[in-house]
Amino acid sequence: MATETAAAHGEEGGLVFHPMDQFIVKPLFGGTEVHWYTITNVTLWMALAVVAIFALMVLATSRRATIPSRGQSIAELAYGFIYKMVEDVAGKDAVGFFPYVMTLFMFIVFANFLGLIPMSFTTTSHFAVTIVLALCVFLTVTIYGLAKHGTKFLGLFWVTSAPLPLRPILAVIELISYFVRPVSHSIRLAGNVMAGHAVIKVFAGFAAIAVVSPVSILAITAMYGLEVLVAFIQAYVFTILTCVYLKDALHPSH
Amino acid sequence: MEGQLAHIGAGIAGLGTGIAALGVGNVAANFLAGALRNPSAAASQTATLFIGIAFAEALGIFSFLIALLLMFAV
Repeated sequence: MATETAAAHGEEGGLVFHPMDQFIVKPLFGGTEVHWYTITNVTLWMALAVVAIFALMVLATSRRATIPSRGQSIAELAYGFIYKMVEDVAGKDAVGFFPYVMTLFMFIVFANFLGLIPMSFTTTSHFAVTIVLALCVFLTVTIYGLAKHGTKFLGLFWVTSAPLPLRPILAVIELISYFVRPVSHSIRLAGNVMAGHAVIKVFAGFAAIAVVSPVSILAITAMYGLEVLVAFIQAYVFTILTCVYLKDALHPSH
Repeated sequence: MEGQLAHIGAGIAGLGTGIAALGVGNVAANFLAGALRNPSAAASQTATLFIGIAFAEALGIFSFLIALLLMFAV
């Protein structure tokens, strides 16, 4: 990685920062120790995400106008988009999970977009945040699947469409891939978001050198455009994978 | 010496992200090839496209994570 060169060039231009500095969790009200109850910048930006979602989904739609305002249109679009996704991917009987899926999508998309504001903090770039979201999905799917189907849920691992001698081997593979789900589910989101932000900061380190700074600023602009896309697509991917896992819980037969 | 080896390892792990890019491109290219043959069925398959891309990309992200671990945690 170019982090060290970036830091070295940064010294030359008078700017000293590390590309990963932006992800440091700091207590908001002084002190250096972080306990589980400490209010940090992560807490602040998560709270801002919740406030922004409240403003869009509750305040902007409170008038329930026949001719919707811009805010109401966006809220209705988001609602319809996720509702259709749950229906199409997880099935019609999964709409009971729609509020949960909608909450996940709105939180991730708002955390991603708030993180794109310069000098802000991206909460979804932390594995600790995304692993909790992914584990909640994993536990929901597992517990609901077992409660609804009992031992038939284990048919998920017994691939009846495969030849009999292959089935035990496939069962092991399926079992591993099932338990890796929360890991890949969370790392995909956090890794994508963190990688993009780190790359922007690496280019920002190069911007301090006069010769390459126009190229660097152009690269930051291009990366920022890509990041806006990634912020939405990763929220979409997280949500649609949640729907895919829910479909497994509702219809475990292969 | 060990720190330098970790940096070399991080560089090698960085190759993994590039190879994952090949995988993502493969998914998108095949989707486009299929979509041009049967454009009416393409719109209903975009969700599948994104799931495929997400699975291919996850492995690249894993190698990026290994690179980060080698850089900052080892």
